[in-house]
Amino acid sequence: MSDTQPSRTPTLGSQTGWTGVVSDYAGDRAAFRVSANKTMMWIFLLSDTFVFGCFLVGYMSVRMTTTEIWPPTSEVFALTIAGHSIPLILIAIMTFVLITSSGTMAMAVNCGYQGKRWPTASLMLITALLGLAFVGMQAFEWSKLIAEGVRPWGNEEGASQFGAAFFMITGFHGLHVSMGVLYLTIVAIRVALGKYDKKQGDPHAAGIQGGRYEIVEIAGLYWHFVDLVWVFIFAFFYLW
Amino acid sequence: MAHSEFTRDAVKQQHPISLYLKVWGLLFVLSTLSYLVDYFHLQGILRWSLILLFMALKAGLIAAVFMHMRWERLALVYTIFLPPLVLLVLVGLMASEASYIFTLREWFFSLPGG
Repeated sequence: MSDTQPSRTPTLGSQTGWTGVVSDYAGDRAAFRVSANKTMMWIFLLSDTFVFGCFLVGYMSVRMTTTEIWPPTSEVFALTIAGHSIPLILIAIMTFVLITSSGTMAMAVNCGYQGKRWPTASLMLITALLGLAFVGMQAFEWSKLIAEGVRPWGNEEGASQFGAAFFMITGFHGLHVSMGVLYLTIVAIRVALGKYDKKQGDPHAAGIQGGRYEIVEIAGLYWHFVDLVWVFIFAFFYLW
Repeated sequence: MAHSEFTRDAVKQQHPISLYLKVWGLLFVLSTLSYLVDYFHLQGILRWSLILLFMALKAGLIAAVFMHMRWERLALVYTIFLPPLVLLVLVGLMASEASYIFTLREWFFSLPGG
């Protein structure tokens, strides 16, 4: 460039093409004043929101388009306890178990930020166990429905799309819970081993940017999200 | 960027345990209420509006308190919570399409031999 041109700000227009793209992305600037680890978990959860959102919209579409009656979920998911048929009771218990696990997870995050190593690890393990109980009840629910002849391509109660929506949505949610149990267990063991108590030289190591036990909060975000998704599934699939 | 700058800006997520216990209790109450909607066989607009109300309250409590969004930077809150609103557009499009398909099917199945 000649000297006669007015001087520009150094970053604007200084590099063009792919060099510019790379330099902009590698600019070492923070978009959010939130630790990168936590931001990335949130962005992952945002993408997951769309996955579950699409499943639920798909469920809405098949339920609206079918000309057959939709199976009455209240009766399909009823359990007979002590001679009484109680509607939707297993789903209600599953909901309470998941909410309880969210509560213990919130406590674990709180203990983590106070640097309490053993309470954090044990509360996380309790959360994982409650998650395991949830998956166990879901396995029971699936076996019961499969034994009653509900299949992804049809059932005796009504619209054949019921099975497809049920197995797809609850299956994907159950997979999330199972992965969460694994994730929580791994982080809990690492907390118990004192992995996050040691002074780490690497600034990118987990737990440096937002406090040493930040990983507990990040794992907690995932777990609360799983609970959040269940709130929507409970409302739209089971209650609607 | 030095991590000291983050620790200065980042909100320390320390809140009293009692707050979590209160929210936990509230979530239990709201879940029970939404279960009772089904138990007492409420129907029509009342059923749907109550389901949506309890769902929104529960989701809001979990996101705001348990996931700490209430205390996060507003930029992050908007980045995460505004994009899912486009799902409402998808819901609108699919609902309109689905009711059209339903009408078509009703007509088709009513034909002789349909």
